[in-house]
Amino acid sequence: MTYTGLAVAGVLAGVALDRWVARTRLTSTRAFWAAYGIIVFFQLLTNGWLTGRRIVRYDPDTIIGNGAVRLIGAGRIVYAPVEDLLFGFGLVLTTCVAWVWLGRRQDEHP
Amino acid sequence: MTLPHWSYVAMLVFCLVGTLPLVRVFHLDVLRQPRRLLLTIALAGLPFLGWDLYATHSHQWWFDRAQTLPWRVAGLPLEEIAFFVVIPLVSVLTFEAVRAVPSRGRHDREGDGRRERGPVA
Repeated sequence: MTYTGLAVAGVLAGVALDRWVARTRLTSTRAFWAAYGIIVFFQLLTNGWLTGRRIVRYDPDTIIGNGAVRLIGAGRIVYAPVEDLLFGFGLVLTTCVAWVWLGRRQDEHP
Repeated sequence: MTLPHWSYVAMLVFCLVGTLPLVRVFHLDVLRQPRRLLLTIALAGLPFLGWDLYATHSHQWWFDRAQTLPWRVAGLPLEEIAFFVVIPLVSVLTFEAVRAVPSRGRHDREGDGRRERGPVA
Protein backbone atom coordinates (compact mmCIF):
# COMPACT_ATOMS: atom_id res chain seq x y z
CA MET A 1 0.00 0.00 0.00
CA THR A 2 1.15 3.58 -0.62
CA TYR A 3 2.17 5.87 2.22
CA THR A 4 -0.97 7.90 1.46
CA GLY A 5 -3.24 4.88 1.95
CA LEU A 6 -1.42 3.69 5.05
CA ALA A 7 -1.48 7.17 6.58
CA VAL A 8 -5.26 7.47 6.19
CA ALA A 9 -5.66 3.97 7.64
CA GLY A 10 -3.41 4.97 10.55
CA VAL A 11 -5.63 7.92 11.46
CA LEU A 12 -8.80 5.81 11.21
CA ALA A 13 -7.22 3.09 13.38
CA GLY A 14 -6.20 5.66 15.99
CA VAL A 15 -9.68 7.19 16.14
CA ALA A 16 -11.30 3.72 16.32
CA LEU A 17 -8.94 2.82 19.15
CA ASP A 18 -9.85 5.98 21.04
CA ARG A 19 -13.61 5.80 20.58
CA TRP A 20 -14.52 2.12 20.49
CA VAL A 21 -11.64 -0.05 21.67
CA ALA A 22 -10.09 1.73 24.66
CA ARG A 23 -13.12 4.07 24.97
CA THR A 24 -10.91 6.89 26.17
CA ARG A 25 -12.77 9.40 23.95
CA LEU A 26 -9.84 11.81 23.96
CA THR A 27 -10.97 13.09 20.57
CA SER A 28 -13.89 14.66 22.45
CA THR A 29 -11.72 16.48 25.00
CA ARG A 30 -10.27 19.98 24.81
CA ALA A 31 -7.12 18.80 26.55
CA PHE A 32 -6.22 16.40 23.77
CA TRP A 33 -6.84 18.91 20.98
CA ALA A 34 -4.95 21.65 22.82
CA ALA A 35 -2.01 19.29 23.31
CA TYR A 36 -2.18 18.16 19.68
CA GLY A 37 -2.25 21.80 18.53
CA ILE A 38 1.01 22.45 20.36
CA ILE A 39 2.57 19.21 19.16
CA VAL A 40 1.64 19.70 15.51
CA PHE A 41 3.26 23.14 15.50
CA PHE A 42 6.52 21.62 16.68
CA GLN A 43 6.07 18.68 14.34
CA LEU A 44 6.02 21.10 11.42
CA LEU A 45 9.30 22.62 12.66
CA THR A 46 11.15 19.40 13.47
CA ASN A 47 9.81 17.45 10.52
CA GLY A 48 10.65 20.43 8.32
CA TRP A 49 14.22 20.02 9.52
CA LEU A 50 14.25 16.29 8.70
CA THR A 51 12.68 16.69 5.28
CA GLY A 52 13.97 20.13 4.23
CA ARG A 53 17.56 19.00 4.83
CA ARG A 54 16.73 15.72 3.05
CA ILE A 55 17.66 13.67 6.11
CA VAL A 56 14.60 11.62 5.14
CA ARG A 57 13.55 11.29 1.50
CA TYR A 58 10.45 9.74 0.00
CA ASP A 59 9.62 7.69 -3.05
CA PRO A 60 7.35 9.98 -5.15
CA ASP A 61 5.26 6.94 -6.17
CA THR A 62 4.06 6.46 -2.62
CA ILE A 63 2.99 10.02 -1.70
CA ILE A 64 0.59 12.63 -3.08
CA GLY A 65 3.52 14.91 -3.95
CA ASN A 66 5.84 14.39 -6.89
CA GLY A 67 9.10 14.25 -4.99
CA ALA A 68 9.80 17.98 -5.17
CA VAL A 69 10.71 19.31 -1.72
CA ARG A 70 8.75 22.57 -1.38
CA LEU A 71 8.04 24.82 1.59
CA ILE A 72 4.38 24.48 0.70
CA GLY A 73 2.49 22.96 -2.21
CA ALA A 74 2.95 19.84 -4.35
CA GLY A 75 1.66 17.69 -1.48
CA ARG A 76 4.13 19.22 0.96
CA ILE A 77 3.77 21.28 4.14
CA VAL A 78 7.00 22.81 5.46
CA TYR A 79 8.95 20.45 3.17
CA ALA A 80 7.29 17.29 4.57
CA PRO A 81 4.76 15.17 2.71
CA VAL A 82 1.23 15.86 4.02
CA GLU A 83 1.09 12.15 4.83
CA ASP A 84 3.55 12.81 7.67
CA LEU A 85 0.89 14.90 9.42
CA LEU A 86 -1.46 11.92 9.36
CA PHE A 87 1.30 9.58 10.57
CA GLY A 88 2.09 12.03 13.39
CA PHE A 89 -1.55 12.43 14.38
CA GLY A 90 -1.95 8.65 14.58
CA LEU A 91 1.16 8.29 16.71
CA VAL A 92 0.27 11.12 19.09
CA LEU A 93 -3.36 10.00 19.49
CA THR A 94 -2.37 6.36 20.05
CA THR A 95 0.19 7.46 22.63
CA CYS A 96 -2.30 9.57 24.60
CA VAL A 97 -4.95 6.84 24.38
CA ALA A 98 -2.50 4.25 25.74
CA TRP A 99 -1.36 6.60 28.51
CA VAL A 100 -4.90 7.44 29.69
CA TRP A 101 -6.10 3.84 29.32
CA LEU A 102 -3.20 2.54 31.41
CA GLY A 103 -3.86 5.25 34.01
CA ARG A 104 -7.46 4.16 34.35
CA ARG A 105 -6.52 0.51 34.76
CA GLN A 106 -4.04 1.52 37.42
CA ASP A 107 -6.77 3.36 39.33
CA GLU A 108 -9.17 0.45 39.03
CA HIS A 109 -6.63 -2.22 39.99
CA PRO A 110 -4.07 -0.49 42.19
CA MET B 1 32.11 11.47 12.09
CA THR B 2 31.40 15.02 11.10
CA LEU B 3 28.87 17.51 12.42
CA PRO B 4 26.24 16.77 9.74
CA HIS B 5 26.09 13.15 10.99
CA TRP B 6 24.41 14.54 14.12
CA SER B 7 21.60 16.29 12.20
CA TYR B 8 18.88 13.80 13.12
CA VAL B 9 20.16 13.52 16.71
CA ALA B 10 19.89 17.32 16.98
CA MET B 11 16.19 17.16 16.19
CA LEU B 12 15.56 14.57 18.92
CA VAL B 13 17.56 16.61 21.43
CA PHE B 14 15.51 19.68 20.51
CA CYS B 15 12.29 17.76 21.28
CA LEU B 16 13.57 16.66 24.69
CA VAL B 17 15.03 20.04 25.63
CA GLY B 18 11.70 21.63 24.80
CA THR B 19 9.51 19.26 26.81
CA LEU B 20 11.47 17.83 29.77
CA PRO B 21 11.33 21.20 31.61
CA LEU B 22 7.52 20.82 31.60
CA VAL B 23 7.99 18.21 34.34
CA ARG B 24 9.33 20.81 36.70
CA VAL B 25 7.23 23.75 35.59
CA PHE B 26 3.90 21.90 35.90
CA HIS B 27 4.99 19.46 38.64
CA LEU B 28 4.17 16.50 36.41
CA ASP B 29 4.37 12.98 37.86
CA VAL B 30 4.93 11.37 34.45
CA LEU B 31 8.54 10.36 35.10
CA ARG B 32 7.58 8.91 38.48
CA GLN B 33 5.40 6.36 36.70
CA PRO B 34 8.06 4.48 34.73
CA ARG B 35 5.96 1.35 34.25
CA ARG B 36 3.00 3.24 32.81
CA LEU B 37 5.33 5.33 30.66
CA LEU B 38 7.27 2.35 29.27
CA LEU B 39 4.05 0.47 28.53
CA THR B 40 2.69 3.54 26.74
CA ILE B 41 5.84 3.79 24.63
CA ALA B 42 5.59 0.08 23.83
CA LEU B 43 1.86 0.11 23.01
CA ALA B 44 2.06 3.20 20.80
CA GLY B 45 5.65 3.15 19.56
CA LEU B 46 5.95 -0.48 18.50
CA PRO B 47 3.12 -0.57 15.95
CA PHE B 48 4.43 2.63 14.36
CA LEU B 49 7.99 1.28 14.42
CA GLY B 50 6.63 -1.77 12.58
CA TRP B 51 5.06 0.55 10.02
CA ASP B 52 8.38 2.36 9.68
CA LEU B 53 10.24 -0.92 9.12
CA TYR B 54 7.74 -1.89 6.42
CA ALA B 55 8.03 1.51 4.73
CA THR B 56 11.82 1.57 4.91
CA HIS B 57 12.21 -1.97 3.61
CA SER B 58 9.76 -1.37 0.76
CA HIS B 59 11.72 1.80 -0.01
CA GLN B 60 8.84 4.24 0.57
CA TRP B 61 11.40 6.41 2.40
CA TRP B 62 15.08 6.30 3.23
CA PHE B 63 17.66 8.09 5.34
CA ASP B 64 20.71 10.12 4.37
CA ARG B 65 23.84 8.36 5.61
CA ALA B 66 25.70 11.67 5.70
CA GLN B 67 23.21 13.14 8.20
CA THR B 68 22.61 10.15 10.47
CA LEU B 69 24.90 8.19 12.79
CA PRO B 70 26.49 5.13 11.17
CA TRP B 71 24.70 2.53 13.31
CA ARG B 72 21.75 0.66 11.85
CA VAL B 73 19.33 -1.75 13.50
CA ALA B 74 17.15 -3.78 11.11
CA GLY B 75 18.05 -1.27 8.43
CA LEU B 76 16.95 1.75 10.48
CA PRO B 77 19.26 4.43 11.88
CA LEU B 78 19.36 4.34 15.68
CA GLU B 79 17.83 7.83 15.69
CA GLU B 80 14.77 6.57 13.85
CA ILE B 81 14.23 3.93 16.53
CA ALA B 82 14.80 6.54 19.26
CA PHE B 83 12.15 8.65 17.48
CA PHE B 84 9.49 6.14 18.58
CA VAL B 85 10.57 6.57 22.20
CA VAL B 86 11.06 10.35 22.11
CA ILE B 87 7.81 11.27 20.35
CA PRO B 88 5.54 9.24 22.67
CA LEU B 89 7.42 10.72 25.65
CA VAL B 90 7.08 14.32 24.50
CA SER B 91 3.43 13.69 23.57
CA VAL B 92 2.62 12.46 27.08
CA LEU B 93 4.51 15.38 28.64
CA THR B 94 2.66 17.92 26.49
CA PHE B 95 -0.70 16.27 27.13
CA GLU B 96 -0.13 16.16 30.89
CA ALA B 97 1.15 19.75 30.93
CA VAL B 98 -2.04 20.90 29.21
CA ARG B 99 -4.13 18.94 31.71
CA ALA B 100 -2.18 20.48 34.58
CA VAL B 101 -3.22 23.98 33.54
CA PRO B 102 -5.85 25.10 36.08
CA SER B 103 -9.57 25.25 35.21
CA ARG B 104 -9.37 23.81 31.75
CA GLY B 105 -7.33 20.86 32.95
CA ARG B 106 -9.69 20.14 35.83
CA HIS B 107 -12.67 19.89 33.51
CA ASP B 108 -10.93 17.52 31.12
CA ARG B 109 -9.65 15.32 33.88
CA GLU B 110 -13.18 13.98 34.26
CA GLY B 111 -12.82 12.28 30.92
CA ASP B 112 -9.87 10.40 32.32
CA GLY B 113 -11.92 8.80 35.06
CA ARG B 114 -9.40 10.14 37.54
CA ARG B 115 -10.76 12.60 40.07
CA GLU B 116 -7.42 13.90 41.21
CA ARG B 117 -3.74 13.44 40.68
CA GLY B 118 -3.28 10.59 43.09
CA PRO B 119 0.07 9.27 44.21
CA VAL B 120 0.35 6.67 41.47
CA ALA B 121 3.85 5.32 41.31
